[in-house]
Amino acid sequence: MTKFNYPQEHELQGFVNARYRTAWIWQAIFLSALLIAILSLSALILNVVDGAFGYVAYEFKKDPALISEKPLDDLDKEELIAVLKTNLSKGAYGKLDKESPIEGRGKADLYSLVVERIIQVKTLETYTLYDSLFRKAEVEAEVQEKFPDARLEFRSWLTPQFITAPMSSRAEFAGVRTALLGSIWLVSIAIAFALPVGVGAAVYLQEYARKNFINTAIQMNINNLAGVPSIVYGMLGLAIFVRAMEVFTSGAMFGVTDSNGRTILSAGLTMGILVLPLVIINAQEAIKAVPDSLRQAAYGVGATKWQTVWYHVLPNALPGILTGSILAMSRAVGETAPLIIVGASTFISIDPSGVFSKFTALPIQIYQWTSRAQGEFHAIAAAAIIVLLILLLTLNATAILLRNRFQRRF
Amino acid sequence: MTEQINSQSAPSPLPFRPGNLKRKMRIGEDMIEASLFVVGFLTIFITISIVIVLGDQALLFFNDPQVGFKEFFMTTQWQPAIGLFGIWALVSSTLTTSAIAMLVSLPLGLSAAVYLSEYASPRARSILKPILEILAGIPTVVYGFFALLFVTPILRNLLGSETLGVYNMLSAGIVMGIMILPLISSMSEDALSAVPNSLREAAYAMGATPFETSVQVILPAALSGIGAAIIVGISRAVGETMIVAVASGATSKFTFNPLEAAETMTAHIARISGGDLSYNTIDYNSLFAIALMLFLVTLVLNLVSQWIVSKFREQYE
Repeated sequence: MTKFNYPQEHELQGFVNARYRTAWIWQAIFLSALLIAILSLSALILNVVDGAFGYVAYEFKKDPALISEKPLDDLDKEELIAVLKTNLSKGAYGKLDKESPIEGRGKADLYSLVVERIIQVKTLETYTLYDSLFRKAEVEAEVQEKFPDARLEFRSWLTPQFITAPMSSRAEFAGVRTALLGSIWLVSIAIAFALPVGVGAAVYLQEYARKNFINTAIQMNINNLAGVPSIVYGMLGLAIFVRAMEVFTSGAMFGVTDSNGRTILSAGLTMGILVLPLVIINAQEAIKAVPDSLRQAAYGVGATKWQTVWYHVLPNALPGILTGSILAMSRAVGETAPLIIVGASTFISIDPSGVFSKFTALPIQIYQWTSRAQGEFHAIAAAAIIVLLILLLTLNATAILLRNRFQRRF
Repeated sequence: MTEQINSQSAPSPLPFRPGNLKRKMRIGEDMIEASLFVVGFLTIFITISIVIVLGDQALLFFNDPQVGFKEFFMTTQWQPAIGLFGIWALVSSTLTTSAIAMLVSLPLGLSAAVYLSEYASPRARSILKPILEILAGIPTVVYGFFALLFVTPILRNLLGSETLGVYNMLSAGIVMGIMILPLISSMSEDALSAVPNSLREAAYAMGATPFETSVQVILPAALSGIGAAIIVGISRAVGETMIVAVASGATSKFTFNPLEAAETMTAHIARISGGDLSYNTIDYNSLFAIALMLFLVTLVLNLVSQWIVSKFREQYE
């Protein structure tokens, strides 16, 4: 019989210490993964903020000081018209007057006309917020050297005017109003379609469906639809809503003539189909959370199935359903790829007037501006991203508030 | 007296009618149930229409004399202008970006999940989890902006601007990995926390360290759920459009080199259909063929992951 040599006590302690050291190192590694995630999120947000503010080097075609003695902001309507008359050629003035009578235009409109047509700001170079704050001297030296005539000014690209101005081909004047309205229209149509259909399907699956082949198939199918790439929904929308149902989605059926199938309605319905699985799954969870005792009590006093669902299950599941729909809305707000496929207009400066209008949306503008080479477009893309993120934050905060306010624990 | 009361208050016996016991016909109720079923069935109808629409147009594409089935799957040049339709030019870049994305998101997502489920205190979890949720809620076009204007410049500084162009698959893949990270970590965390506590307690009782417990006991027990998470992650990466459309370039090229610019399947669809595309041309139909492939690949991946989850879910219950 061989004798087993037990390790000495100090050796044992050594093993244990080594194992615990490994454990500590790995805990640090695991934690660092989360730190990387946090770091990426901060980098993303800082990068956006960094792009949306900063120095701009620009020059005028005509110095505002030469146009009138008073600062431009103090001019009243008549003076602005006079400025336009003296500085524009007769033909150009007449053309503007034809588009919309000059006398009838508002002061803000005239002001932007003066800025756009006479002063003609030209952005030469944009700088990030970081450069503007910490490398001010270098930026000034660089501008001095490269553009001796240029002026340097700190500019926030995210201004109230950026939100209220329509689209423009010049980054300095572009705004997101058209895109913002387009997004609101889209999301409204999407949710108007997805909410009733989604809740109906969820009620069917949770309350009515017996366990048979077809209901299992429906359930499995919904889980699968949730994983279909959004671009495939875009192709579906293109083939069905834009082309096959063009008579309906272009409004030709209702007497709208100047439109094809690439309308808000097509895009909204596509979005609705895209978020439908999300709405169903969330509504199912909410309905599942309603305790069975409520149903039993309703049946006990003689309620029919639908009365039970309508008066007891749905009211109790409502906060959960609403939270789910808001999350679906925030998904629809940020979704870009299907809109590109369905045919969002890349340049459109007229507000959408109804479901048969052409449209653009916030993420589409961000995509367009990001794809441009010039720095000033990246700056307004960053500003538009801030608008989009604030919109999403508002939606999600509403969802969380709703959940906390109405959540009932049974 | 008592007799009198009894005879007055006793209810007259109901005539026995067996018909009362039958379920009363309620047409309203039945109609409601029927319409709810129709609404539920609509979701199946959506899937069917996806298959029909994509299949129909793709069939037009494959029936075109200019393309052959064999050419589509066997050649590596995608140039619709000169009639070359080799899907591998697009698949190669989809595979490359997805692989990079998984290389980034898998270790990070899994580590994050282990930390959240095995180490973090409830207080730490309540701070850390929302951060991951915010990361998951950011629109992909914003990630595209981040890839092009933050990650790419940094990578170009590190690797030199000759090695790495403005558009490259590396940056798109890395950012895609960051985008998928929350998905992997939340699904894996669900799998890890589904492992019953008795296993943890048994391991600790044997003197195992937290690391040994989580890696040698909990992780193997949750492996199926983690596998499902990985598959869903891959499916997300394959279908992701905006990040690659913004950051990985607009030339189709057969390459697995992450430093090069190449267009993925999704980015190609987005770019071509974003322009002025006339219906019923071969270009237009080719997009549906690509979309059909995407749909089938993601469908299979999602089905496999669901199958894994449902097969192994009740292991410990």
